[in-house]
Amino acid sequence: MKKLLAGVTTSLLISTLAMTASAADYVIDTKGAHASINFKIQHLGYSWLTGRFDKFSGKFNYDENNIAASKIEVSIDVASINSNHAERDKHLRSDDFLSVDEFATAKFVSKKVIDKGDGKLLIQGDLTLHNVTKSIEIDAVKIGEGKDPWGGYRVGFAGKTRLGLKDFGIKTNLGPASTHVDLELHIEGVKV
Amino acid sequence: MQNTENGYGTAAIIMHWVVAISFFALFGLGFWMVDLGYYDQWYKKGPDLHRSVGILLSMLVIVRLIWRVKQVNPKPIATHSQLAKRASHLMHITLYGVLFVIFISGYLISTADGRGIDVFTWFTVPGFGELFDDQADIAGAIHKYVAYGALALVALHAIAALKHHFVDKDATLRRMLSSKYRT
Repeated sequence: MKKLLAGVTTSLLISTLAMTASAADYVIDTKGAHASINFKIQHLGYSWLTGRFDKFSGKFNYDENNIAASKIEVSIDVASINSNHAERDKHLRSDDFLSVDEFATAKFVSKKVIDKGDGKLLIQGDLTLHNVTKSIEIDAVKIGEGKDPWGGYRVGFAGKTRLGLKDFGIKTNLGPASTHVDLELHIEGVKV
Repeated sequence: MQNTENGYGTAAIIMHWVVAISFFALFGLGFWMVDLGYYDQWYKKGPDLHRSVGILLSMLVIVRLIWRVKQVNPKPIATHSQLAKRASHLMHITLYGVLFVIFISGYLISTADGRGIDVFTWFTVPGFGELFDDQADIAGAIHKYVAYGALALVALHAIAALKHHFVDKDATLRRMLSSKYRT
């Protein structure tokens, strides 16, 4: 009996330890570039034009056993927009689109994370872009987590959201097929 | 064709006016095209034409400079004051200078990603990619504001020529219109 009690206590202790260990702060691995903020927008309705923001940083808190308590915060250097075309990127940075001289940083701060089961999450939060703050929803899915081969611990997600250009005060008309831009997020965090 | 100490030859005269007309055309086109809507007929054509003519103009100005160096330079008209002689010489050098700043900055905008510049369908000028940070933006600002400055200088240059023609009634402007003053 004593042995059994001791055994139960030990295993409880271990699982509690494991639980606290899994609720952890992570830094998005932008240093190692295991994260990207990609976008795509329709070109005339005939194809997808893709690009990304080269520079951003962020952190999150994630606990597999208490997903609702998760938090994420990301800052994007808007001027780092890169669609693999210098003249277009210059235009995208200008007042016709992102006005990066005035609004250099975009920011996302989560407000609520909903566990949808099966590794799926719905992240609700405020995105500030082009000096407009709006609440958005990101559909995310956990890709995996575990130890890395170099002594660290990582967890990674993929996410998607769709933004209306007009909703964020970007008025340049790119045509009826190109009123929205899709963001595709790939985030890997390293436990701190 | 040849210049003399008294006047400009046909080659110098033609090159002067082609550069002048092209400058105004490119300035106007550039000023207009940057505000075209995405669905405008000229949204692609305008910049394509601007780049093509810009490259050709830069080549012409290089030829013109070589021609200027290799030729006798017509002497300033004797009745010009010392100040007018110095000022006009300085203006000519400055105009060449700002033209090259505009050519180079324009080239650096379009080639910041390593793409070359197509001159119509005739040939492509190779690009060397990003030579410094924020190249497209910095070169873009230089291209725009130096072009505004150049327009002001060109206006001064033209006003001076008209002053010589209508007020001083000398041959300054006529020398740039006809090669018959060479004798």
